[in-house]
Amino acid sequence: MSAVDAELEPNTGGPRSAAKAARRGRRVALGDPIFKGLAVGSGIFLAATMFGLAAVLVYNSWPAITTLGTKMLTTVAWSPGTNEYGALAALAGTFMSTLVAMVIAVPLALVIALLLVELVHPAVSRVVGTAIEMLASIPSIVFGMVGIFVIVPFVQDYFVPWLYSTPLGNLPGIRPGMQFQGGGVSIFTAGVVLAFMVLPFITAVSRDVMKMVPQVTKEAGYGMGSTTWEVMRKISLRYANSGIVGAVFIGLGRALGETMAVAFLIGSVFTDIPKSLFDPGTSIASLIALQFNEATDKITVSALIELGLILFLITVLFQIAAQAWLRRVQRATGGRA
Amino acid sequence: MSTVTQSPLPSPLRHRSIAGRKAADLIVKILSWIGALAGIAVMALVLYEVVIRGLKAWNVAFFTQPVPLDPMSTGGGMANAIVGTLVITAGAALIAIPIGFMAGVYLAEYGRNGRVATGVRMVANVVMGVPSIIVGVFAFAILVKPLHHYSGFAGSVALAFLMLPVMARTTEDILNLVPNELRESGLAMGAPRWRVTLKVVCKAARGGLITGATLAIVRVAGETAPLLFTALSSPYWITGLFGPGGYFGGPVANLTKTIFDMSGSPFPHMQSLAWGGALFIIVFVLGLNILVRLLFQRGKEW
Amino acid sequence: MVGIKVDEPTQIQGPGVVVPPRLEVAEDRRGGGEDFASLPSEISVRGLDFFYGKEQALFDNHIEIKKNRVTAVIGPSGCGKSTHLRTFNRIFNLYRDQRATGEIMFDGTNILSSQVDLLDLRRRIGMIFQKPSPFPMTVFDNVAYGLRQHYRLSRSELSSRVEEALKRSAIWDEVKHKLGEPGNALSGGQQQRLCIARAIAAEPDVLLMDEPCSAIDPVATAKIEELILELKNKYTIVLVTHNMQQAARVSDYTAFFFQGRIIEFGDTTQIFSNPAEKQTEEYITGRFG
Repeated sequence: MSAVDAELEPNTGGPRSAAKAARRGRRVALGDPIFKGLAVGSGIFLAATMFGLAAVLVYNSWPAITTLGTKMLTTVAWSPGTNEYGALAALAGTFMSTLVAMVIAVPLALVIALLLVELVHPAVSRVVGTAIEMLASIPSIVFGMVGIFVIVPFVQDYFVPWLYSTPLGNLPGIRPGMQFQGGGVSIFTAGVVLAFMVLPFITAVSRDVMKMVPQVTKEAGYGMGSTTWEVMRKISLRYANSGIVGAVFIGLGRALGETMAVAFLIGSVFTDIPKSLFDPGTSIASLIALQFNEATDKITVSALIELGLILFLITVLFQIAAQAWLRRVQRATGGRA
Repeated sequence: MSTVTQSPLPSPLRHRSIAGRKAADLIVKILSWIGALAGIAVMALVLYEVVIRGLKAWNVAFFTQPVPLDPMSTGGGMANAIVGTLVITAGAALIAIPIGFMAGVYLAEYGRNGRVATGVRMVANVVMGVPSIIVGVFAFAILVKPLHHYSGFAGSVALAFLMLPVMARTTEDILNLVPNELRESGLAMGAPRWRVTLKVVCKAARGGLITGATLAIVRVAGETAPLLFTALSSPYWITGLFGPGGYFGGPVANLTKTIFDMSGSPFPHMQSLAWGGALFIIVFVLGLNILVRLLFQRGKEW
Repeated sequence: MVGIKVDEPTQIQGPGVVVPPRLEVAEDRRGGGEDFASLPSEISVRGLDFFYGKEQALFDNHIEIKKNRVTAVIGPSGCGKSTHLRTFNRIFNLYRDQRATGEIMFDGTNILSSQVDLLDLRRRIGMIFQKPSPFPMTVFDNVAYGLRQHYRLSRSELSSRVEEALKRSAIWDEVKHKLGEPGNALSGGQQQRLCIARAIAAEPDVLLMDEPCSAIDPVATAKIEELILELKNKYTIVLVTHNMQQAARVSDYTAFFFQGRIIEFGDTTQIFSNPAEKQTEEYITGRFG
């Protein structure tokens, strides 16, 4: 506080001191509006970045939009060589891999949260929780590398042959499709690795929200003769469900836009919608990543940017939906409490 | 008050099976343990593979030599890529931290719950969900395309874009933890608002702010996608600020893109270098995370 | 009818000493004059000790909870009355460092033994908590919770049992049009009666009530006290309360706890008019507590 004190030295009288005080006063008087201006400006700048991003994307994809019309959304194959600029294969791959990821990650996150909240000693909970949070800081490219050098061979050499030797291997969606290349580099592998990238966030939020269930309410549940799972299912999850849904939305958004790990693992088949989980395919993000530097002519580059615009719009819509859901829920519980 | 005739208890046959309920409970508990162990196992697997394979590549050459030009060579290192990543990340930090900090100050101290601030917050949340590759495309469109060359600066801009909302929200959260009494007592001494905010509030929140900034930096240091078409990569050392090998002038070697390129190479030594790079990134990212966590415990004390 | 006849306060007997009015209990109370020993015991506690980690909280408790009677547990805060109550349904098992030793006999078995099926125990011994805690679901689903969990019932049977439980809890008329609303949309007193309905719907034998009225307004409290007197016709009730007047109004037998021990236990009339122990008298007359 000494710096502040120094500024507030009493006026010791005399003309020089008065002048000094006047200068100080002016400096101080200017300081506030400048500072506030900088702060407000930064805030506005932050908001402007999103609109800037959207504007730049639209501007740069305009050539493609005007040339192709809606063909991008109705064509399957991405094959600039034959003048096809279809996004459907990529969209399919994006959704399929994301679906696999969420189907694995969400139930896993919930049972891990159950463990962290109800089943283990708080010290163990902290250690396990930290380990899972560390998963969140592993860069995507590292997941990609471990994926392609370790998991892909495992899936291809052991898992897929085993699966195909069981009756499950004949189910539609599981049995090999047209593009099958062994099953290692595939929607499935990409989805599985993606699941573990999204898992930490959903687990953390689920755990935090489940901890907020009042102890009395849980005791009342146990007092009624419920098992741990019944209390979680019928009481805790109901109490926490809004927070969990919000987290799932956000995790979904992240899975949709994940690039590097997916690029390594999903394959580079840009021309077909995968008919099997074990077929390779592509996703919007990985298609852009792999093709961007190969693109030579203006239309292809612009089309790629249009793909980026599509991905941008999808993720923004998910974010807005998630925010709206969370806010509606906060208002509801705020009113009730 | 009316007395109600009491219906008899349902006969024992119509009780639900307690054994069945207990079995379901047990199954879920087992699944919980499996789930937790799966999560930890994946973490362990990743660390194990990266450490084992990466350590093989770590030698003196790795840290002193640039990326080899000849893919079949067995020498060279990642030194220029490491330096490049540090430079690009530092550039991003120089842009994003001041602006992000001031935006956080705005949200916490000036805007607070007003309509504009709420809007800014909402937009920041949305921006945080934008895939990093789109941000790379954005930086490409505004800096690479018009200037007709890749640059490290474009990479920094892309990373800064990612850091900005994180920095703002973190700053806001930390500043919100500072009790109002501190602000009031500062203002009561006659000090102007800006001094109180900077010298009193921020000083008190210093630990958390440093943590937040460090975590934001660490998050973007490991990013690849934004650099794919901005900084690209290079086998050469960065040669200053301008000119074809410079920060503003041309592509700059960086760890993540180089790892990406090398992992696709059929030559084992290149792949080994890639693992070495991956190990470096993991050590950097996880190490700073743990460090900051340890410091943060102390930083939280008022 | 619940009524309390209060003596005229006796005159001041010397400087600053006032003998407080004696609480007499109303006529329809069955305590007083019964042969305690010949009544069937629902729960018999012998030698109960309780520990929070290394700290002992209950010391050698002995008590007989009689069937279809209301047993009140009173004492100053921190004396162990809630702790004692919570041994009866073993809700303390949720917490790692809490344990109990001794014997609590219920229906021929020791509740504290490891062979006891907790799920069934808790169906037969229900609990009402201090803070009304409806589950995050509709009024109907709250009351149906125990029914759905323990029994297989048709939809119509379920509905009629829910209605009956709500009627027995004296709240049917207030909620019959609100069955689809969330449980916590009700007022505090209504929520607590909802929790009572929820507890009795599953047909327990015993109701444990842990200071059920302390978070509720006086009008609602009076309703719940009336309810307790009705309910004891069908259930055995153990009522922990810090409100002595409530214990006097509502219970047949009273146990006075102090620092983890049962100082005195007996007929409510006798405890409040003629306590045997000095400590009991001091507590009742408000010298401490």
